[in-house]
Amino acid sequence: MNAPIKPGYVRPLDLKHGRIDMTHGGGGRAMKQLIEQLFAAAFDNEWLAQGNDMARVVLPPGRVVMATDSHVITPLFFPGGDIGCLSVHGTVNDVAMAGAVPVYLAASFILEEGFPLDSLKRIVDSMARAARDANVAIVTGDTKVVEQGKGDGVFITTTGVGVVDEAFVIGGERARPGDAILLSGFIGDHGMTIMSTRESLAFGADLQSDTAALHGLVAAMLDPVREAMRGDAGRGIHVLRDPTRGGLATTLNEIAGQSGVGMLIEEGAIAVRPQVEAACEFLGLDPLYVANEGKLVAIVAAEDAEAVLAAMRAHPLGADAALIGTVTEDPHHFVQMATRFGGRRVVDWLTGEQLPRIC
Amino acid sequence: MKYIDEFRDGELARGIAAQIAREVRPDRRYQFMEFCGGHTHAISRYGVTDLLPPQVKLIHGPGCPVCVLPIGRVDLAIRLALEHKVTLATYGDCLRVPASDGLSLLKAKARGAKIAMVYSAADALDLARRQPEQQVVFFAIGFETTTPPTALVIKQAAAEGIANFSVVCNHVLTPSAITSILESPEVRSLGTVPLDGFIGPAHVSTVIGSRPYEHFAQEYAKPVVIAGFEPLDVMQAILMLVRQVNDGRAEVENEFTRAVTRDGNLKAQALVSEVFELRRSFEWRGLGDVPYSALAIREAYAAFDAEKKFALETRKVPDNKACECGAILRGVKHPRDCRIFGTVCTPENPIGSCMVSSEGACAAHYTYGRFREIAVQAA
Repeated sequence: MNAPIKPGYVRPLDLKHGRIDMTHGGGGRAMKQLIEQLFAAAFDNEWLAQGNDMARVVLPPGRVVMATDSHVITPLFFPGGDIGCLSVHGTVNDVAMAGAVPVYLAASFILEEGFPLDSLKRIVDSMARAARDANVAIVTGDTKVVEQGKGDGVFITTTGVGVVDEAFVIGGERARPGDAILLSGFIGDHGMTIMSTRESLAFGADLQSDTAALHGLVAAMLDPVREAMRGDAGRGIHVLRDPTRGGLATTLNEIAGQSGVGMLIEEGAIAVRPQVEAACEFLGLDPLYVANEGKLVAIVAAEDAEAVLAAMRAHPLGADAALIGTVTEDPHHFVQMATRFGGRRVVDWLTGEQLPRIC
Repeated sequence: MKYIDEFRDGELARGIAAQIAREVRPDRRYQFMEFCGGHTHAISRYGVTDLLPPQVKLIHGPGCPVCVLPIGRVDLAIRLALEHKVTLATYGDCLRVPASDGLSLLKAKARGAKIAMVYSAADALDLARRQPEQQVVFFAIGFETTTPPTALVIKQAAAEGIANFSVVCNHVLTPSAITSILESPEVRSLGTVPLDGFIGPAHVSTVIGSRPYEHFAQEYAKPVVIAGFEPLDVMQAILMLVRQVNDGRAEVENEFTRAVTRDGNLKAQALVSEVFELRRSFEWRGLGDVPYSALAIREAYAAFDAEKKFALETRKVPDNKACECGAILRGVKHPRDCRIFGTVCTPENPIGSCMVSSEGACAAHYTYGRFREIAVQAA
């Protein structure tokens, strides 16, 4: 007589004291357990529940927009956010900059052996929260583990899919001389927060990252010009971009180059928090080149600038929005700035990393 | 930002600009050299030249420590890191200075050299404290402003007996560089660079005081106005220089009274002279060998002198032939006169040192001033 088969007992993941080890990436039971008990539990949706290596999804009508973004930030947790929510916001925003509504995300994790599971849980929970808040589902993913010393805790790559009205063509190549340049709020918050938390640069400023999903703001900005844009491609919003790495200066230079135009911006119109300005001053940095994670630049047909700006200001993420300049005709594609001091200067591309001055 | 915004006020700037315009004589030119890179940077960043009448011209001087660093010294640092396997700690601006064989400290890092960017000499010493098994060498550069902190860490290392710490001293002296410019044939006899006065260093003068400039004012009959690094300081200093020229005076005046005294910081001066002594001669990029223009570590602190500790020798390396950094640093040429400016030589791929630091004349012009050469029409 055969003995009855006992159901196999698997000790649940020790999310308090456990650490990532090589088996978590090995394709065996440990990996399955990590995915089920941590990732699928947190992201919780019908596609993940199917347990496939892919997700079969249905998209709402419109043109499909895709974007992907890798996140390798140090430190992993910082005032105002962590790598988890950042990895959702970063990709959601890239999709949103086409004027699109983001719908699905894929997430890929590279974990370093020895990484504490409680930290991973915090990150995954933060991702799940950010995705829920943004109304996007994380429908598929992947996990790999690398040996200790071969990664920096955790790297997260997210890929996003969204849809946009067929009639809207929003892109960096569409800035035209005469267009208005709008900025959604204070610059430099994210970059200076990260700088301030780095071990060797602890200057303890009262700062918080601005990391946020911007598609809600984008939708609000489109509302007053939707009809006009469907009727006339010249109307409404021409370009949207989030000034992340390299800051506002780099973003404007990118757009100027793509569109073959120049720009003239007004230093006095660009909002910088006093603590960001002070920290930049202290380190010899220029806030124009410091990263943001919850701001956008919009280049808008002059006749619609007022309506779009009003819509921005009515949205919580655009309360401090301002008209900061205009697009000009310039075969050299210079971004120029009228300084508060009364002079003019070129706002050039960032060179290398932003290095502090020494004397 | 309190204590900063007051010195960047556009309204006040327009007031001083109007005053300068009223006081300059229409029939003469006023050519002033701002010695310091800090001034060069402020002038470019705030667009100070836009506020000046056409009679006033500013010439960028050699006061950018990265720009005057000769290739041979950077080569030496790279050899230290690659061959002696030390951790080489230095300021951020140094990392991209082009050296021989297409290398820079940043590129050496990509080849496995241990290069650490630090914000202060104290950070470099901390690095040595944290990893006692690894030799840490601080590659010290700068004028009189950054010299006292280097002296301090050498004294601290000696007091604590930190054996894995040493310093490559590249500290240079402002007065010798100014003398070298005033003695150069272009200024002295050829008259190709008429200099009507100097905007004197801000931070350097907080250490050395205003007294050392009195010699130039008397000997060479050139007015000197020491000015802070804020744009209004520069405007005010220009007004003071214009007045001296108009009155036929050549005096040392101090616009930066909120930080500079006649005698300077005596404590810092004592510290520096305890740890350092004059070098007989030192090579400056652009100026060549300048006698008694740099500091070396005294024998008493020889254990912390990396040049002695690792038996290093500086090999002279000529600058790239097409590069005009030398003439630009002496005020003889403008960046736009250089054939490779903005084409072969850019901030991404600097050939000459003036393109490396944001305080360098070429980088400042490239980053902030290029559009002046080109007519730009607003739509």
